[in-house]
Amino acid sequence: MEYEAVIGMEVHVEINTKSKVFCACSTHFSAPANTNVCPICLGMPGVLPVLNREMVNKSVAAGLALNCTISRWSKLDRKNYFYPDMAKNYQISQYDLPLCSNGHLDIEVDGQPKSIGITRAHMEEDTARNTHTLGGGQSGVDFNRSGVPLLEIVTEPDLRSAQDAYAYLTALKQILQYLDVSDCNMEEGSLRAEANISVRPKGASVFGTKTEVKNVASFSGVMKAIEYEIKRQVELIESGGAVEQETRGWDPDRGITFTQRKKESAHDYRYFPEPDLVPVVVDAAWEQRIRESLPELPLPRKHRFMEQYGLSDYDANVLTGTQAMADYFEAAVQADADAKKTANWIMGDLQALLTEAKADISACNVTPACLAEMIRMINDNTISGKIAKEVLAEMFVSGKSPKQIVEEKGLVQITDASAIEGIVRQVLADNPQQVEQFKAGKDRVVGFLVGQVMKASRGKANPEKVNEILRNELAK
Amino acid sequence: MGKISTKDVEYVAGLAQLALDDAAKERLAREMDEILSYMDKLNELDTANVEPMMHAMEMTNVFREDVVGESLPREIALRDAPQHDGEYFIVPKILDTEGSA
Amino acid sequence: MTAWHEKTAHEIRNAVRARHVSAAEVAESYLNRIAAVDPKVDSYTQVWADFARAQAARVDEKIARGEDAGRLAGVPIGIKEVICTKQGHTTCSSRILEGYQSPHDATIIRKLEAEGAVFLGKLNMDEFAMGSSTENSAIKTTRNPWNLRCVPGGSSGGSAAAVAADLCAFSLGSDTGGSIRQPACLCGCVGIKPTYGRVSRYGLVAFASSLDQIGPLTKDVEDAALALNVLCGKDAMDATSANLPVPDFTQALTGDIRGLRIGMPVECFTESLGAEMREKVLSAIEVLKGQGAEVVEVSLPTLDYALAVYYIICTAEASANLARFDGVRYGFRHPAAGDVREMYVKTKTAAFGPEVRRRIMLGTYVLSSGYYDAYYLKAQKVRRLIKEDFDRAFTKCDIIVTPTSPTPAFEFGAKTADPLEMYLSDIYTISTNLATLPGISVPCGLCASGLPAGVQFMAKPFDEATLLRVAHCYEKNSGITLGKAPIA
Ligand SMILES: [Mg+2]
Ligand SMILES: [Zn+2]
Repeated sequence: MEYEAVIGMEVHVEINTKSKVFCACSTHFSAPANTNVCPICLGMPGVLPVLNREMVNKSVAAGLALNCTISRWSKLDRKNYFYPDMAKNYQISQYDLPLCSNGHLDIEVDGQPKSIGITRAHMEEDTARNTHTLGGGQSGVDFNRSGVPLLEIVTEPDLRSAQDAYAYLTALKQILQYLDVSDCNMEEGSLRAEANISVRPKGASVFGTKTEVKNVASFSGVMKAIEYEIKRQVELIESGGAVEQETRGWDPDRGITFTQRKKESAHDYRYFPEPDLVPVVVDAAWEQRIRESLPELPLPRKHRFMEQYGLSDYDANVLTGTQAMADYFEAAVQADADAKKTANWIMGDLQALLTEAKADISACNVTPACLAEMIRMINDNTISGKIAKEVLAEMFVSGKSPKQIVEEKGLVQITDASAIEGIVRQVLADNPQQVEQFKAGKDRVVGFLVGQVMKASRGKANPEKVNEILRNELAK
Repeated sequence: MGKISTKDVEYVAGLAQLALDDAAKERLAREMDEILSYMDKLNELDTANVEPMMHAMEMTNVFREDVVGESLPREIALRDAPQHDGEYFIVPKILDTEGSA
Repeated sequence: MTAWHEKTAHEIRNAVRARHVSAAEVAESYLNRIAAVDPKVDSYTQVWADFARAQAARVDEKIARGEDAGRLAGVPIGIKEVICTKQGHTTCSSRILEGYQSPHDATIIRKLEAEGAVFLGKLNMDEFAMGSSTENSAIKTTRNPWNLRCVPGGSSGGSAAAVAADLCAFSLGSDTGGSIRQPACLCGCVGIKPTYGRVSRYGLVAFASSLDQIGPLTKDVEDAALALNVLCGKDAMDATSANLPVPDFTQALTGDIRGLRIGMPVECFTESLGAEMREKVLSAIEVLKGQGAEVVEVSLPTLDYALAVYYIICTAEASANLARFDGVRYGFRHPAAGDVREMYVKTKTAAFGPEVRRRIMLGTYVLSSGYYDAYYLKAQKVRRLIKEDFDRAFTKCDIIVTPTSPTPAFEFGAKTADPLEMYLSDIYTISTNLATLPGISVPCGLCASGLPAGVQFMAKPFDEATLLRVAHCYEKNSGITLGKAPIA
């Protein structure tokens, strides 16, 4: 029998506000344990939460980018359960009236468009971190993350494969980064993804029993865990077994999922409206202000790049990968550089330099204007493409303009025919054997001679001119 | 016995993280039963079209601005902890993996 | 000359500012009084003698330098155990917070200190403010200064007893369902619960967040106005605090209530009200009539449901508010726990008293899966009906008058066996909390038993000015002086 997988995702992202969601502690990631804490985020007696306005702004921005309806009236609720990472033993979250609901995210899987329904996106607070590395079976609790703002984004069960899930997570991360809503850094825990996975005979309308895979540390891990889980469930059913509803973990070393928690008595979270906070009312004007501040989102931008600049699907995809990259590209093009050449330089040499330096394009020494200038210098034969590589590397280090570098290092291309003729004649005189071979009909030897000329000019001779003059001289 | 059984009491005590011996369970079942039966008088009122009063104040949109303020010095944060190591609050073994956002 | 501890807060303040007495002398007078009398009353859980002396010295220094020493310059006050103070401990009279040292002061503590108040120490209460007799304290038993065999009321029993026995000029209490007004009534002092949102709750350890308010217990109405002038106002740390201007309440005490309409809810004056209480409250109404107020009958048909609504909402909120006491970050932790779950269970079971455990159980139950709609949601709906009843009544009147408590102070143990019977002590006070209204209890004479009785006035939300004006006018014209509590 043929099976299909039904997958829904729950993603928690930390909203990148400066201060926590209900107190003024810093959200900074790498502070020493229990130093970004105060009576409020420690849940001390007598404290009260006050909602960070920026949390609402950023959550609405995310909701709008996910095509959600923004609730005109929403509230916060208490979700009650006991765990040592909970400062109050309830989490302030949103239950029946989430800030954002009923949206969708358009993704592309293997070039095919697909729309993933977004059930809801709601505001809540992050919990503390437990460390289990202490002796005697004891645990340590660090409350620095307690009260960091979280947006929980829940999809419809619209995903059908690990590839779908990967594309969804990638697109989601890209959008949230474009919006400057979250850093989406999985290693730092600012994005956490859980997948609900079930399988059913293809074409069936009822859902199979689902398992929930948690605590996966990377997108590729999520993909592998889903693939494994689909295979496991299908094999289980094929062999006459039944899938049990449970929470499963992912072991990246062994490449398997494993039972973490069996379905116990259903959770009884005793949600009720948070009496310490007042309702959040996002009126049409507020929503509109945020809507107007949204940047162009990655997918539409990619399509515009293809149309406007004649870029390939692949190139447009890479260049819209981050907002910084896309902005950089457009700034360079607007500084009067050829779009395709700009794309090649960014994706090729510049990216290589960035990768090696582990740097981000937004903090790059090479300004878009300088890159554009360099490309123009290639076009008007001031420098060769080869020299340009050297110039770019120097720009990357010093931040100087290409003109300045070319002048300082005397890298201006030699296009003057008489100067090149001089070098060519010297090379021919130094290599009589190769000249003989050419005359004997061995055309390939020209390449060697061109190389010798370039070497003698220290790369500055215009290669086309060299070729032309060399052939002329040989023909003499 | 009325609407609350000792089993119900046991379930609720589990949620509330309380331990009750049999005598306490029975007494609580009796007391809760009496109080909840008293509360049942609310069913005399038709509230089908009544908006619940979810908040005491009729205010909306009270926010703080996103500005970082002072946190507690760590020694003060940890001062009242039954057990700490100068950096972390220390708790006994965590057996189950339940929890977290 | 009367001793300073017998004077009111405004008398002390005026004398200190006029340099008729030093703040240090006043503080000493109270500290001596506490040493002499509190062993009988047991209202204080902690006395901060040195701290109070230092505060008083600072006030005197300011005055010596010719600076403004504040609106409560040199006024010695006592603080309910439920209010967070950096000084001393904040225990909520519970074993679970034994020795707990708060890292922060409540907003009102800072305000009071800035106005020159002197803190004598902290006052006993029912554990986590749950109770109507202060018998639920894990620390000690506070006695009623009018009859030491009787309870002082609760949960602010220590706050009421201390004022009645001249152990502070005024005290701070908290009121979730009557916890300021009922003990004030039972101890023969004035107690006011401001409108929900009037006074910042930041630093008040939460019992029921949508009902709790801080307020003063005072020797007279003028002191209540004086205290509210300092306590009220928007606080950025409390999202539910109202952003409204605070009038000078002492200016509202004009003595003129001509034309004011006093509403008598028919539901509060049925046969179930004892003859003695009825007679006292009715004569209070006569006093107001005599001052030119108009008396109208109003109806609060849903009042009968208030107690049920109250005990659903307050226990539900309390079950979440008290979840944080788990032995992880502060307070008591049971020493014999092998794992975290065991730690929670043993800690909570050992360190919460029976009434707190009962309310946590009730609150957990009414929120639990399958019961939320039947209890919690239903209660929220009826809470709105109750509020609407009051809104309607207040179109016909400016002030509503009722008894404060159905009975005067009762003997220890009289109601501890039956929780529901104890809950009925709050029958006249809880509806103001549900409807978020301000309410005040003013003494209206002594019962035949020699115990004080109180009359309660309520006003529209944020109309404390009218409330205080009526209470003050009544106090000045009732011809009633209770005299000093015998402390025997
Ligand atoms: Mg969540
Ligand atoms: Zn904090």
